[in-house]
Amino acid sequence: MNEIRPTHTIGGYVPMIDGPEKVSGRAKYTADIIQPGLLAGRIFRSPYSHGEILDVDISAALKLPGVKAIVTGADCDKTFGVLPIARSEHPLARDRVRYRGEPVAAVAAIDDATARRAVELIKLKVRELPAYYTAQSALAPDAVALHEKKPGNLERDVLFELGSTEQGFAQADLVREGTYNCAEVCQNQMEMHAAVAEYDAVRDRMTVHASTQVPYYVHLMLSQILGMEMSRIRVVKPHVGGGFGCRTETLNVELITALLARKIGGGVRTVITREETFITHRGRPETDIKLKIGLRKDGRITAVECECYQRGGAHSGYGVVTILYAGSMLYAIYDLHNVKYLGKRVLTNTPPCGAFRGHGTVDIRFAFESLLDQMAAEMGLDPFAVRRANFLSAPTFTDNDLMVNSYGLPECVDWVEQASGWKKRKGKMPKGKGLGMACSHYISGASKPVNWTGEPHATVKIKLDFDGSVVVLSGAAEIGQGSSTILVQSVAEVLGLDLSRIRIVTGDSDVVPKDNGSYSSRVTFMVGNAAIDAAQNLKRVLVNAAARKLEAKPEDIECLGELYRAGAQDKGATFDEVVTEALKDTGTITVTGNYSTIPESHGGKKYRGSAIGGTMGYSYSAQVVEVTVDEDTGVVTVDKVWVAHDCGKALNRLTVEGQVQGSVWMGMGQAMSEEAAYHEGLMLTANMLDYRVPTIQDSPPIECHIVESNDPHGPFGAKEAGEGSLAAFLPALTNAIANAIGVRFNDLPVTPDRVFEAIEKRRRSSAKKTNGGA
Amino acid sequence: MARLTVNGKNYDVDVEADTPLLWAIRENVGLTGTKYGCGIGQCGACTVHIDGVATRSCSVRVSQVTGKKITTIEGLAAAGTVHKVQKAWIDHDVPQCGYCQSGMIMAVADLLKKKPKPTDADIDEAIKNICRCGTFQEVRAAIHAAANA
Repeated sequence: MNEIRPTHTIGGYVPMIDGPEKVSGRAKYTADIIQPGLLAGRIFRSPYSHGEILDVDISAALKLPGVKAIVTGADCDKTFGVLPIARSEHPLARDRVRYRGEPVAAVAAIDDATARRAVELIKLKVRELPAYYTAQSALAPDAVALHEKKPGNLERDVLFELGSTEQGFAQADLVREGTYNCAEVCQNQMEMHAAVAEYDAVRDRMTVHASTQVPYYVHLMLSQILGMEMSRIRVVKPHVGGGFGCRTETLNVELITALLARKIGGGVRTVITREETFITHRGRPETDIKLKIGLRKDGRITAVECECYQRGGAHSGYGVVTILYAGSMLYAIYDLHNVKYLGKRVLTNTPPCGAFRGHGTVDIRFAFESLLDQMAAEMGLDPFAVRRANFLSAPTFTDNDLMVNSYGLPECVDWVEQASGWKKRKGKMPKGKGLGMACSHYISGASKPVNWTGEPHATVKIKLDFDGSVVVLSGAAEIGQGSSTILVQSVAEVLGLDLSRIRIVTGDSDVVPKDNGSYSSRVTFMVGNAAIDAAQNLKRVLVNAAARKLEAKPEDIECLGELYRAGAQDKGATFDEVVTEALKDTGTITVTGNYSTIPESHGGKKYRGSAIGGTMGYSYSAQVVEVTVDEDTGVVTVDKVWVAHDCGKALNRLTVEGQVQGSVWMGMGQAMSEEAAYHEGLMLTANMLDYRVPTIQDSPPIECHIVESNDPHGPFGAKEAGEGSLAAFLPALTNAIANAIGVRFNDLPVTPDRVFEAIEKRRRSSAKKTNGGA
Repeated sequence: MARLTVNGKNYDVDVEADTPLLWAIRENVGLTGTKYGCGIGQCGACTVHIDGVATRSCSVRVSQVTGKKITTIEGLAAAGTVHKVQKAWIDHDVPQCGYCQSGMIMAVADLLKKKPKPTDADIDEAIKNICRCGTFQEVRAAIHAAANA
């Protein structure tokens, strides 16, 4: 017999456990729930940007044969929103419409064709109000307020100064200021938003299947909107076709579908179109940034002043948090003092923005790393040396009280510098080619949850039964990021078992413990720690059972996964025998594991909202991007990306690499081609042709290096891996373009026409100079 | 009423002649592995084989495919087996959210039939599917792995 050893997968290359379903078409997404008796739901949307609702005429639509129910704003006077302080949105507009595409009414009909025809028969009459499509126009002194409670259309302003920027700038050898504009971008995840709601009128119970990252928040908002007790609601999350943040709050689709289902006392399935999915939005807001940095000759940053305006759209969503993140996350990457931040989140007549991957940090990081690069060049400093001059030294607390325990940025920077051949190649490349570098960071979940209930931050259950199966029960939403695989690996690691022993059940509120959801890269850190805790509790039960069976002391029992023994000479008991022993007194065993963040990680109280940004662990990323710029066409080709990401500890190298590459790639889309464009509030790019995302042809080789700083609090030392590498791509690209052609782009996306125009402008101005000026 | 031959079986589906094939496959035949991504032939999530050729089923009418052999992701491999592209996809951990991968795999299976050892340029030319998780590097690696399997 081979020697029995505990199985280990942590740190290995482990394909995701749901791969077989996803390559065979068997994985079911919400829109795949097609069953007889479900009515088709369709939404009537406002064609106006801003108006007082005078009448919603549904009479003709109601008469159409096959129409079973119509709901309007009159059916629900409640509001929803992810932040308890900013619940201003009705599932169906009441009194006022505030953006083109806002839901006004919805139809349930016997089939989709009938539902579409009925929607065409609905008439909306409004008294039009002035509409504002830019942050600036909405902030004008005479602008009409979109929401009565938000005078001046200011959703939230933030102002802090920590240290003295006046003194800081006085100590600088060079002070420079730059203005930056980042276009609004959309997640454009592959699966359209969808919901299936089934109302049981006899029992007064509601079941909702939804394509969401946050089943618990959907549960809360269904209760609020329907006025139903939470115990009467069940939320199921099937496979989810991409999140990237657009599903981190309850969306109007699931609420409207539930309202329809209750009205007809049956089941309704709503699958919205690609255009509607774009309009439901929750992407990254258009952001205008004014940034000023003071730099000493030795590369030290002496002061930072930053103004940030976000065009938030017609409702808050996560907006308050986004504008706070943008300020707080100036910190925790470099050793900064003397920082002043002014942030304004503005309400406008465009679809509501939300929490796109890298929430709140990306556009600010673009500005910061761009200006730093520009100043380094002006002072003749190497951009790597400037970063190194400003490294933090962990463990530490930043001036805004963010706790940094592990800091792998130095290793990230070293690796990309070496791997890209920076020292040898920079400045010696052929015409039109260039290298650029930048850094970024992100949180591993917000330390203070959105809904503070006093419960642990995460809870995992494990069930062990007569058949020896170990079943992990978790509310963590698998959205393709691999959370289920990581939880199974974590439990298997503690018990020393093969992955095939472990099963996982997620995404059904009837069965699994509550989880806050998959956002802000919290799952591996929070839920991973809870899974380890649960597995350790189960192991204790099994060790005690083995001790009874082997007539030994628990402390003498050795767990080898499939074998428990009392010393190396003992024949021991198999896992199945230990399970049988363990079940004797109690029957089926369930254990609980919990995780809570520590108060030191909660951020400080130095300014209003300063808890935002607090986390148990920051990830770090450094990138070098190599480009070729075609000066005749303005086309920029990314030849290669080197990225190093400090994720604390790679629990699964395959998933970490996939997440890091995906982040870099998504950053590339924002930097080079993606933009939500509007004409008088109408989204012009609400389809996959006009909203241009990179294809395989545009995707460069991304060489990924994992840095392991072993966070003292992380599960097995791990931190986040799925967001932190997005932001650095943007400035690394524009820094590379500046290196290649001497033109710096402060506005995103850097499209070929913008590049061409800039090159032409440079040609014209140099021609003027050659001619002695004009 | 139209007769469709999907994965070797005949189905009589009660739809208008101009119904997109994608709709008939999902809603009438009941095979939901083929996905709706954009509806305008841009993303490729709905890719199936029609007489062996990778085709975007959102942009084909039911009336255009009667009498033709339609293969969906569910029918790519014989029952109980895994196609070499699917195998490479699992091994390389290609799918993240997985939503686009049915169509991606169908496009790749067709490419490998035409070009058993595709170059990177062949891949760029043939695979126009969009994946929003950004798995293209793995897609490329897995195509080469499947070609050499």
